[in-house]
Amino acid sequence: MRVAENLNAALHAVLEADPSAYVIGEDITDPYGGAFKITKGLSSRFPDRVLGTPISESGITGLAAGLALCGDAAIVEIMFGDFVALAFDQIVNFAAKSVSMYGSHVPMRMVVRCPSGGGRGYGPTHSQSLQKHFVGVPGLSVYEMSPLHDNRVVLEEMLAAGRPAVFFEDKVLYTRRMHDVGDLFLHDHLAGSGGTAGAARVFLEDPEAADCVIIAPGGMVERAVGAMRRLLLEQEVSCTLVVPSRLHPFDVEPLLPSLRRARAVLVAEESTAGGTWGSEVAHRIHAHLWRDLRRPVTLVHSADSVIPTALHLERSVLVQESTIHDAVLEALRD
Amino acid sequence: MTEPSVALAGSTLPAGDDLDLLLLIRHFELALLDLFGRGELNGTTHTCLGQEYVPVALRGLLGEADHVFSNHRGHGHYLARFQDPAGLLAEIMGREGAVCRGVGGSQHILRDRYVSTGVQGESLPVATGVALHLKRTSPGALACVFIGDGTWGEGAVYEALNLAALWRLPLLVVVEHNGIAQSTPTTRQMSGTVRARAQAFGARHHGVETSDVAAIRRELAPLVSEVRFEGRPLVVEFATHRLGPHSKGDDTRPPEVVRQAEANDWYRRYAEADPARFGAADRAQRERVAAVVAEVAARPPAGWDPCA
Ligand SMILES: Cc1ncc(C[n+]2csc(CCOP(=O)(O)OP(=O)(O)O)c2C)c(N)n1
Repeated sequence: MRVAENLNAALHAVLEADPSAYVIGEDITDPYGGAFKITKGLSSRFPDRVLGTPISESGITGLAAGLALCGDAAIVEIMFGDFVALAFDQIVNFAAKSVSMYGSHVPMRMVVRCPSGGGRGYGPTHSQSLQKHFVGVPGLSVYEMSPLHDNRVVLEEMLAAGRPAVFFEDKVLYTRRMHDVGDLFLHDHLAGSGGTAGAARVFLEDPEAADCVIIAPGGMVERAVGAMRRLLLEQEVSCTLVVPSRLHPFDVEPLLPSLRRARAVLVAEESTAGGTWGSEVAHRIHAHLWRDLRRPVTLVHSADSVIPTALHLERSVLVQESTIHDAVLEALRD
Repeated sequence: MTEPSVALAGSTLPAGDDLDLLLLIRHFELALLDLFGRGELNGTTHTCLGQEYVPVALRGLLGEADHVFSNHRGHGHYLARFQDPAGLLAEIMGREGAVCRGVGGSQHILRDRYVSTGVQGESLPVATGVALHLKRTSPGALACVFIGDGTWGEGAVYEALNLAALWRLPLLVVVEHNGIAQSTPTTRQMSGTVRARAQAFGARHHGVETSDVAAIRRELAPLVSEVRFEGRPLVVEFATHRLGPHSKGDDTRPPEVVRQAEANDWYRRYAEADPARFGAADRAQRERVAAVVAEVAARPPAGWDPCA
């Protein structure tokens, strides 16, 4: 099953299970079914609760907050995650704040879906990974779609938490198969981490006994596994990949035993440089393991740059499989 | 609201250079769809097939000192301003000689007083700022912004109109009302009308129903002059048609809607009106574009340094 199909099925399931659930967004109704076809079939089955909207990102995100305020569950699709910038105020200053700023807990069941990332030549305003801008907002969770996490479980977790969540979905990942980690590696879920959906792990034999641990969100899985494969076959370096579903708040504790044993720890993400999610994760790891680590956690991210349109230029800016590969070797060098 | 329909223009062909420009844009856009179809283009593109006459008509009303703000459907806007198919194609193909070194691509172009961006509505407040600058530094110049009917969903459009009308800024908003936004018919995304919206802010509104380039210029010339010299923002709403898909291969419109758009196409009308003159001009521009495609495709990749 493709990741897009899994997500589509998850949205169907949420709407079916919860008569108060809505899906809202631009061009999401049939027959178009959304710019990335993730909402296909939804409006035909649930015409009253799947609403195609005008081009009004701020307005529809506020509208979702209004539904959430009344106890409904609202899922907003932002056509390209870049445009979540237009909804920043509604997310940060209303939806997330409302959970606690009125002195008592106000549950807000609301998810803002953001197709993100580059690699498709869509250019500087249609390719960004804006996760970092939502890290550390009180009352707000940040999730990222992964091929190793069933989207139904993830969506249910986000809604059940009663606080707004921004869900980043790597666009390239839509076309990939669920649970595809190639023929060399195994994968499992690490209990008690990254929310109840848990962090997934990709490893050779024993996830706790790798030379290197790479922590990376779902959009990086293909590149990270590709790098791990080359490192193993060409350099005999073993890596464990940890893929959290929830990026923030981030649960570092369950990871500590394997991190303590590794000779190198990396955090990889597609975000451009500066104030990254990875730097927050690294800080948390340093605070726990400062004395045990051989060297500081390595951050792997895209260049400090806009994301160009031309494919060859885009490649020079965004994290590639080779970026991770080289960073692992560098981190293991004595 | 009813579907806009373009009143059939007379059968007189536009003047030579206008006709050439119309055809240049038409063949440029067709070439892009062809390149995409053959897998030679990457990313996305939005063609202005059917709407070419809008920037061609406006070209006669805008001068060097005026700023133009374009949007995602901007190839016609660019070609009407610069007549530079090679620079634009190189930008879209990421080849040497690209207007913006292949960084911006189809939707993000800056050249002299021309700028485009792919985020709907964003350009209006910026154009308002430019209009404020022009009012002080070069009286008589204006800022012209192209937007679609769907872009009226964005709050920034209204904030900008209010500012421009309040401060009497030389802002010309050109609305290419093609009855659809991506897959959403205007009737499903807009309550009320563009006219009433403009009027609510005290901005002038003018509807253009024809695709006759000379007639459009005659209609608009006195109004544009008011924008320049009296600081009265103007919203010009073209009733037009999108012939092609929103981007590529994503047309879910019913066949009768597409047929209606085709029935309003200037291309077919002019071809029938004067087959000899049209045919010669058409062939010349088709060949010109084919030569540009061959030449640009053979160029080396565009060079750019993210750290520079
Ligand atoms: C802020 C923002 N939201 C959504 C989009 C995606 N998008 C690109 S074009 C478009 C439709 C625009 O419709 P309209 O303004 O009518 O112009 P047209 O495409 O018909 O020329 C949409 C939704 C965008 N580019 N920017």
